[in-house]
Amino acid sequence: MATLDLEGRQPVYVPPPVVLAPGHTPETVTRKISSIIIAKAPRWWYVAFGISFCFLMMFLTAVTWLFVRGVGIWGINIPAGWGFAIVNFVWWIGIGHAGTLISAILLLLRQDWRTSINRFAEAMTLCAVACAGLFPVLHLGRPWLAYWLIPYPNTMGLWPQFRSPLIWDVFAVSTYATVSLIFWYVGMVPDLGTMRDRAPGKVSRIVFGVLSLGWRGSTRHWHNYESAYLLLAGLATPLVLSVHTVVSFDFAIGIVPGWHSTIFPPYFVAGAIFDGFAMVLTLVLPLRAAFGLHDFITARHLHAMGKVMLATGLVVFYGYLIEIFFAWYSANHDEWFMMKNRMTGPYWFVWAALILCNGLIPQLLWSWKVRSSPLALFLISMSINIGMWLERFVIVIVSLTRDFLPSSWAPYRGTIWDWMTYLGTVGGVFLCLMFLFVRFLPMISMSEMRTLTPGSGSHGAQEAAS
Amino acid sequence: MAKSPKGKCGAKPSRPATPATPATPANNAVDVEALRRRFAERRGPELWRSLDELAGTPEFEELLHREFPRHASEWVDTPKTPAELDASAVSRRAFLQLAGASLALAGMTGCTRQPLEKIVPYVRQPEQLIPGRPLFFATTLTLSGYGTGVLAESHEGRPTKIEGNPDHPASLGSTDIFAQAAVLDLYDPARSQQILHLGRVATSSAFLTEITALMAAKEARQGEGMRLLTGAVTSPTFAAQIEELAKRFPKARWHRWEAAGSHHQRAAARLAFGKPLDCRYDLSRADVIVTFDADLLASGPGAVVYARQFADRRRVRENSSDLATKMNRLYAVESTPTSTGTVADHRLRLPPAELEAFLAALAGGLGVAGLADGPGTPNPMARPTEAVDAIAEDLKAHAGSSLVVAGEFTSPAAQLLAHALNQALGNVGKTVFYSDPVEVDPVDHRQSLAELVRDMRAGQVDLLVMLGGVNPVFTAPADLEFAEALKKVALLVHHGLYEDETAAYCHWHLPAAHALESWGDARAFDGTASFCQPLIEPLYDGKTAHEVLALLLGHTASTGYELVRAAWAEKLGGDFEAAFRKALHDGVIAGTGPAPAAGAVAVPAAPPPIAGAALTQAAAEIAAAAAAAGVSLVAPHPRPAPRLALSFRPDPTIHDGSYAANVWLQELPKPLTKLTWDNAVLISPATFQRLRLEVNGKVEIEVAGRKLLAAVWVLPGQADDTLTLSLGYGRRRAGENGSGRGFNAYVLRTADALWLAPAASLRAKDDVYVFACTQNHHLLEWKTGIKEDILAGKEEQERNVVRTATVAEFGRDPEFAHARSEAPPRGLTLYPNREYKGHSWGMAIDLNVCTGCSACVVACQAENNVPVVGKEQVLKHREMHWIRIDRYFTGSIDEPQIHNQPVPCMQCENAPCEVVCPVGATSHSDEGLNDMTYNRCVGTRYCSNNCPYKVRRFNFLRYSDPSSPLIAMVQNPDVTVRMHGVMEKCTYCVQRIEHAKIDSKVTGQPIQERSLKTACQQACPTQAIVFGDLNAGKSGELAAQPPWEVAKWKASPLNYGLLEELNTRPRTTYLAKVTNPNPRLAAPASARTEERT
Repeated sequence: MATLDLEGRQPVYVPPPVVLAPGHTPETVTRKISSIIIAKAPRWWYVAFGISFCFLMMFLTAVTWLFVRGVGIWGINIPAGWGFAIVNFVWWIGIGHAGTLISAILLLLRQDWRTSINRFAEAMTLCAVACAGLFPVLHLGRPWLAYWLIPYPNTMGLWPQFRSPLIWDVFAVSTYATVSLIFWYVGMVPDLGTMRDRAPGKVSRIVFGVLSLGWRGSTRHWHNYESAYLLLAGLATPLVLSVHTVVSFDFAIGIVPGWHSTIFPPYFVAGAIFDGFAMVLTLVLPLRAAFGLHDFITARHLHAMGKVMLATGLVVFYGYLIEIFFAWYSANHDEWFMMKNRMTGPYWFVWAALILCNGLIPQLLWSWKVRSSPLALFLISMSINIGMWLERFVIVIVSLTRDFLPSSWAPYRGTIWDWMTYLGTVGGVFLCLMFLFVRFLPMISMSEMRTLTPGSGSHGAQEAAS
Repeated sequence: MAKSPKGKCGAKPSRPATPATPATPANNAVDVEALRRRFAERRGPELWRSLDELAGTPEFEELLHREFPRHASEWVDTPKTPAELDASAVSRRAFLQLAGASLALAGMTGCTRQPLEKIVPYVRQPEQLIPGRPLFFATTLTLSGYGTGVLAESHEGRPTKIEGNPDHPASLGSTDIFAQAAVLDLYDPARSQQILHLGRVATSSAFLTEITALMAAKEARQGEGMRLLTGAVTSPTFAAQIEELAKRFPKARWHRWEAAGSHHQRAAARLAFGKPLDCRYDLSRADVIVTFDADLLASGPGAVVYARQFADRRRVRENSSDLATKMNRLYAVESTPTSTGTVADHRLRLPPAELEAFLAALAGGLGVAGLADGPGTPNPMARPTEAVDAIAEDLKAHAGSSLVVAGEFTSPAAQLLAHALNQALGNVGKTVFYSDPVEVDPVDHRQSLAELVRDMRAGQVDLLVMLGGVNPVFTAPADLEFAEALKKVALLVHHGLYEDETAAYCHWHLPAAHALESWGDARAFDGTASFCQPLIEPLYDGKTAHEVLALLLGHTASTGYELVRAAWAEKLGGDFEAAFRKALHDGVIAGTGPAPAAGAVAVPAAPPPIAGAALTQAAAEIAAAAAAAGVSLVAPHPRPAPRLALSFRPDPTIHDGSYAANVWLQELPKPLTKLTWDNAVLISPATFQRLRLEVNGKVEIEVAGRKLLAAVWVLPGQADDTLTLSLGYGRRRAGENGSGRGFNAYVLRTADALWLAPAASLRAKDDVYVFACTQNHHLLEWKTGIKEDILAGKEEQERNVVRTATVAEFGRDPEFAHARSEAPPRGLTLYPNREYKGHSWGMAIDLNVCTGCSACVVACQAENNVPVVGKEQVLKHREMHWIRIDRYFTGSIDEPQIHNQPVPCMQCENAPCEVVCPVGATSHSDEGLNDMTYNRCVGTRYCSNNCPYKVRRFNFLRYSDPSSPLIAMVQNPDVTVRMHGVMEKCTYCVQRIEHAKIDSKVTGQPIQERSLKTACQQACPTQAIVFGDLNAGKSGELAAQPPWEVAKWKASPLNYGLLEELNTRPRTTYLAKVTNPNPRLAAPASARTEERT
């Protein structure tokens, strides 16, 4: 690959970033990745896990108090019947999307650079969906009756109401969680076999042995495994689009100005991928440094993820602009008022911060230098994570606080319990699960990384060898 | 094979009474059939000789001994033979079934612990009482002494709701908020429950012993040193008792203090006519009404009736050329916005001193004798303004059918001018009526209380009995220093519903019986007397004022019932029993009304004309007050150094403070300010800016050296340089819910300035107060409080929420209410249109007559078990009222138009809430209602988000858990009490609809319009709400029935749906507001503005 110097001088050959650092053999790859699990955990892991465990306890405290008192401990009110819980739900679901996109769609598109991050991204998806799944239940007035949203035969002879987008959510999210889990687990089976064979202790041998489902690495196993994995990728692919589309229907079906919009499905999906990649980067960069995985997660990956963020970020930004345009173009007083209120009303600073975080800061990704700098990427992806949370805040809450009748307008403000629940899922549920994952399961697919080593014959391997 | 008669099972004598074979007939029949078949199959000469022999067969024996012969074998536990083993072993399936079932049953009963309740059925069913059906009893509730006839709904002996008594002249079927909230007071656990002596629980016999001995001693001294203190009293029984007291204790004295009573009105009548006279109005005959600081339609004893009469002249349904003359016209000149001002055609905003000068100018302009003529007339309005001219002209054109009302809050001099104006206009006997006072022994309360204090100070009082909840320690004018004087009295006895501030000073406190527990009587504002009858035994053994008075008189054994009957024994005459029963049943004592009859209030012929000297004197007083305030309408504005005037008003929801413990009234948003749980110093935006105050900022008000720390609330429409503070807040001993809220205006109120302190000063404190307001909350931005009101008003107009026009505009464009709306056609919906074949319920609300009095809100709260959430939750915008009254300010912030819009559930036909509920907890009924299934609700709150009217209310916390079993008693048994986590909303009182439908089914008669009313509709004093069947007389199965009123309202061109452009098809619709302004005063503007231009 070569680029042309713009000033018409001699073409300069710039070597493309590789997906696997040179000098690796299947054995070195396997040893490096499995050693993270086999070796004693580093001290920082205990410290970090301890901190996130404290967050988890904080989360459990908040949830316990929630169950004792009711949702009134939060800042929700009439008109803003939905608050942090729904913002968090949409945000977490969005974050989950990157995992599926990286694993499934990039697999189908034969993007070999996905290999070293897909396992990790999928685990992130699962943890994010776990967090997301908590909120719709927690936010119910009577959470113990959450199962009424599931169609099951009952003595009351009642079904859920299928016209409600919340029912669609139940199906979308549960399908998504199931497929993601199976996809992640099936993809991990060969590695679990490797771990079984390499595990030093008896207990871990038994556990990995059970989990590896009798994997012996025979050709038939590999054949079945490859077809199953491809099929699951095919199944998961439409979910990337459908889940957030359905989640966006929660709002688009409503008549609230700021919700009732046909642009929401694509705009939400793009936002989800945008946010998901940002979260992958947010997590991968520190881990890469901590575990010394620079050989596997190379500049090539960072560039690729930066480009995906830039592209989806532009789609999202376009969405913001189009929303403003249509609010004006529709000549609908309520819509236009909503837009003015978003930009200049009591929550103008949230909107401004959102445009800054999601619209302006990601433009730095145009720069090759920025994409090469892990620190810059980390900061940008943090800003996107925050920006996307603010976006959901603007959509869900700011729209509700001033809807149709001026007499019913009221401000919304999250309480300490809102923040404890939110940060409890970020620092507690999510990070605890992630720390357990990186400690006890191979966070990079060894079997797939081996295919990237020279001589394995795959596309990525050839590229790596070149 | 002989078996013991007990058998193995089935016949265990545990249930000896059970017949041997109570099994289902089917089982039995089959088994007998089998026996027969077996006999039939036997060949040979076998004969049976007797039934005994037949009965001896094992089969038959088994049949006899087993309760369930076919299944009993399953329970053989010790089989003896292999065959028996085979036949009788418990089968695996059956065992599992039974074990499973019993486990499930045991588990199910274990799920919730059922409360232990002892149910005692009626041994003898009371006559007329059908469990589940309420009974209604006519009784009387009083406010400031004046009675309103009501019907109390009683469920198995438990009063739960108050309705107006259509036959009572002060009610006409409607009530005010205080009557609606009375049931809550009844069950209030904060009521005083025991006799207290020096703060300790004592026995009634101890009190009796002490008081009997004391009274005996007093009788010897002719009652010297004995004093009574009550509020205003209209009760004839009380009057009779006082008469007896006066005979037995000639030297005893009776003092009166009614904090929010008609002090100025009485003084004005004395000035004008030389004797106290009550003044009543007939608004139905008044074409032009001018009010001066008079909240004629929402406060005062006759307000409910005045509101009805006023509204009856403003029910515009269709356009006609003579509409302007058929409608009345109301000019409200006021210093602080009132409910009356919100429905006025012209609302003029003037500070109190200017307001009275305006009245003087009007009197002068109309040539009131003694004012207009003569060069030396001290008329401050030497140059009448355009507004004065226009109003004077209008009044002159309607002489005899006009009405000038100067309210209680204006000075007696101003009221005297109003009397003179009515006389000059020939209104007396047509729209204005005078009568002897309804109050028993009408004294000047200020003087009466001042005398009491003087005597107490002088040590001339050694026994003071305070009856009927009078609370002078809290309410007496500050300059009297009542509490100090009390300390000189040897024995203080307090009788009241609450152990209040006064009770804390007294030696004895006696709990009073609530009006719904009492026998008694009272007169209405027009003199009509009616009885109070108890609905329930006194919950805390309280005594009525009559009973306490009887104790003082030595009638220790008399009950309230006997006292009332004794008082009326002669007056009712004839067949006493029949008359008494009829009066109790009707809620009105026949012949006591204003008509000249026995026992009625005497109506003098038109009082003599007011003397010119008195008029001149009054005008001079007004001129002096105006000059003191710096008002000179001759000189151009602005004045050099404006002084702040502080006016006092009874609180719109807790009155003089006596309702401070009532949480329904505390949480009821006050009309105009929409504040809950607090009062505030109301201030106009201009004065607020001039004084550079902070929104909700704390201030120190000083009046004649007395100081009060309070907080300001900016109210558009308030007169400049005028502060208004309502009475009744700042209670220290009003129970947990009433104490420590708001600011105590009584601290600043002196006997010579009861309603107006003309010179107050205000100093800002560097602090803000947190007010719980239900509309336009400004929590996020303290600084922009007023901007929120402006924005809301602007958006209200942009969104066409309240549609208004003048009569002229209506004439030009009869379809104005629909001119800007874009109601989509009926076909425009994704889901098929519903057909409503049977009933089809709908509601219409006439914005033209809604005064925002809020009786509907409290009525709904009482009817539908709507919980109270507390100030902290209101701050979070979580109040639960199913119907709210939206108030919008439009126009300029100084001179706004004020609109009231009651908003219940719209019961949309295309309801946005219904489609989004994931569990189908809110669904559409065949009769057009949006039903809520509380049991099914899981609390996603999606329905509320999607409701454009935001009428859904959510139980964010455990609002309905009663803190006391007593509070649970107030709940309407026909309405579910909602648990936390559940959404709720207005149901059009579906329980009433269902009752009516059941009745209709039983009787076979169609539902009568008058027998089915929603709670809000029934309470509404102006009848602004109508509800009913839209299909009757129109289509479907009810086409043959006469159409209901609601259908007529909805046919009006003024009828419109709120936010109908959203295609929600609301069933609750509004009739647009049509005002009748004076063409000379094109836009409603104040005299002041015109003065400036």
